[in-house]
Amino acid sequence: MSAFATSLSRIGAIFFKEMIQMRRDRLTLGMMFIIPIIQLILFGYAINVNPKNLPTAVHVEDASPIARTLLQGLESSGYFDIKLQTQDPAEADDWLARGKVAFIIAIPADFSEKLIRGERPQVLIEADATDPAAASNAIAQAEKIFELALRHDLKGPLANLNAAPPPFDLVLHSRYNPEAITQFNIVPGLLGVILTMTLVMITSIAMTRETERGTLENLLAMPSLAYEVMIGKIMPYVTVGLLQTTIILFASKILFGVPFQGSLMVLALAVGLFVVANLALGFTFSTLVKTQMQAMQLTFFFFLPSMLLSGFMFPFRGMPEWAQGLGQALPLTHFLRIVRGVMLKGASLEQLHQEFLAILIFTFAVGLLAMARYRRTLD
Amino acid sequence: MNTGFAIDVRDLTKKFGDKLAVDNVDIQMPKGQVWGFLGPNGSGKTTTIRMICGLLSPSSGEGTCLGYDIASEARSIKLQTGYMTQKFSFWSDLTIRENLDFVARLYQMPDRLQVVEETLETLGLTHRQNQLAGALSGGWKQRLALAAVTMHKPRLLLLDEPTAGVDPQARRDFWDEIHRLSLQGLTVLVSTHYMDEAERCDKIVYLAHGQKITEGRVQNIIRQSGLITFRGEGEGVRQIAEAIKQSPGVEYVAYFGAALHISGHDRAALERAIGQFSENNAKWQAVPPSLEDVFISMMGAAGQDKRFAS
Repeated sequence: MSAFATSLSRIGAIFFKEMIQMRRDRLTLGMMFIIPIIQLILFGYAINVNPKNLPTAVHVEDASPIARTLLQGLESSGYFDIKLQTQDPAEADDWLARGKVAFIIAIPADFSEKLIRGERPQVLIEADATDPAAASNAIAQAEKIFELALRHDLKGPLANLNAAPPPFDLVLHSRYNPEAITQFNIVPGLLGVILTMTLVMITSIAMTRETERGTLENLLAMPSLAYEVMIGKIMPYVTVGLLQTTIILFASKILFGVPFQGSLMVLALAVGLFVVANLALGFTFSTLVKTQMQAMQLTFFFFLPSMLLSGFMFPFRGMPEWAQGLGQALPLTHFLRIVRGVMLKGASLEQLHQEFLAILIFTFAVGLLAMARYRRTLD
Repeated sequence: MNTGFAIDVRDLTKKFGDKLAVDNVDIQMPKGQVWGFLGPNGSGKTTTIRMICGLLSPSSGEGTCLGYDIASEARSIKLQTGYMTQKFSFWSDLTIRENLDFVARLYQMPDRLQVVEETLETLGLTHRQNQLAGALSGGWKQRLALAAVTMHKPRLLLLDEPTAGVDPQARRDFWDEIHRLSLQGLTVLVSTHYMDEAERCDKIVYLAHGQKITEGRVQNIIRQSGLITFRGEGEGVRQIAEAIKQSPGVEYVAYFGAALHISGHDRAALERAIGQFSENNAKWQAVPPSLEDVFISMMGAAGQDKRFAS
């Protein structure tokens, strides 16, 4: 046999050995196929950078047919989904602060009167600019939508108003982030992303290491209880999480000038809860895998949808409902709303309580799973 | 059950799924003795030890360890037992001192620092206390592990193949230490594959295929086995090994350097087998069988491992 042929047969031997090993590691094999499929589905279907059906509050003081036409125009455009019609500006404000709506559209009492008189009345759009990208398309469309809507009503004697420029002024208020600075959206979000990434990974690896090296058996043979091992192992990483938070908050202030409107206490509470949620998840992962490598893989498996579906990278409201449902299950989704709410909107604990509750439920469910999987005995 | 036994377990059985790892094992071990736990790989020694110290719950069977129920009082057992795992299971990325200190903390020793200091002194590792445990040689690792599991002054030591892969000198030192501890009143159960170690034990328990095959003093086990061994010496004796193995009555043939041992239960048959090769100028004589001869013959008698047959 020639040197080339013998070399080829050795390559073949190694190739087949590798194939066998690949087949044995079911988790890795699964990841190799599941991750691309998930990416395809998420990027292909779930992510939409031109979100429509954005929840909107309207504050209408003008009961005229023209005002109604405007609202109909808004809804039929597909960009705005009117969730609230109110006479009370404070109520609309509260909805915006809670993140239940992305816009408030205000039509003043004398709108149609002024319009007919040709006095160019104002329509006010207040947008939640904590995520500038999410709102920008809808805002860009707003003027055109109003013009089109009015075109039907402005007939006969009013037809002269149909000329360009439109017979009203659209006033835009970008709330919470008036200059629409992207960093104001990204940097608070990064806090959540970094915490998720490092804490889930560190905990799952630190736990798996004990199993992989056989030191867990030793720990269990000594007088330590399951919960003692769990808490003792998690606590150092809670500290890590809090240090990371401090660093990111200082950097966001000093490097990016991100404002801090709300209460530090509310944020601290949220960070504490979120850190525990991630550590509980990391701990659960460690009970599901055998090697540190697999722990890494599971971490990425969780991290990917967290990045894509939480509203960190892409507008949450742009996703189809099934994807929003998935996103709701992720603690990062709720943490992002809290951090952005507290830092940019000055939202209160009361306004954010649903998000807190969601993370709490997640932590509780994952913690139960972890305790069930992790037993003091080895069997 | 309040007995004078350190370990008193009956009908201990452990199943992993459909696999029967330990099958109705009884052990009654008096306090203060050193017992050897023997048996081939996978015979259920480790699983039995884990059940005794409360790490695994038995599928069936019951018993006490140091007077505590193995099913419900694992916590108390752990406090008074030292268990040394088969694989080095201390933290290789902690220093020797940090490992000892950690163990001392877990057991909440009141004079922790002093105990650690003394342990380092006894081990002769005071000058190396700040080295990583992972940097120790195999023999030293085992000594460190033994020191760590005896630091809390346990009443029972469970050692799972503590000398596997350790050089003869280190093994001897290790056994000297075991006997020293035993003199202080400790009960020690050691699993091992080394016959010389088995002979250092007061009594041995032999496990095969998850079942206890025999138990007793080494001399008694050899005597009771009824095994007869002939030793053949001389040139060319090795050449007949394959042929003599086929002869009826020869249960097992082993090389001992240039010599050959053949063993069986039927003296006449063995002599006939030797007679076949009389033209060969080997010299044959009956010798007392070694413990190893006895065990290998027992393994043959125990037959195929039936635990995994479906």
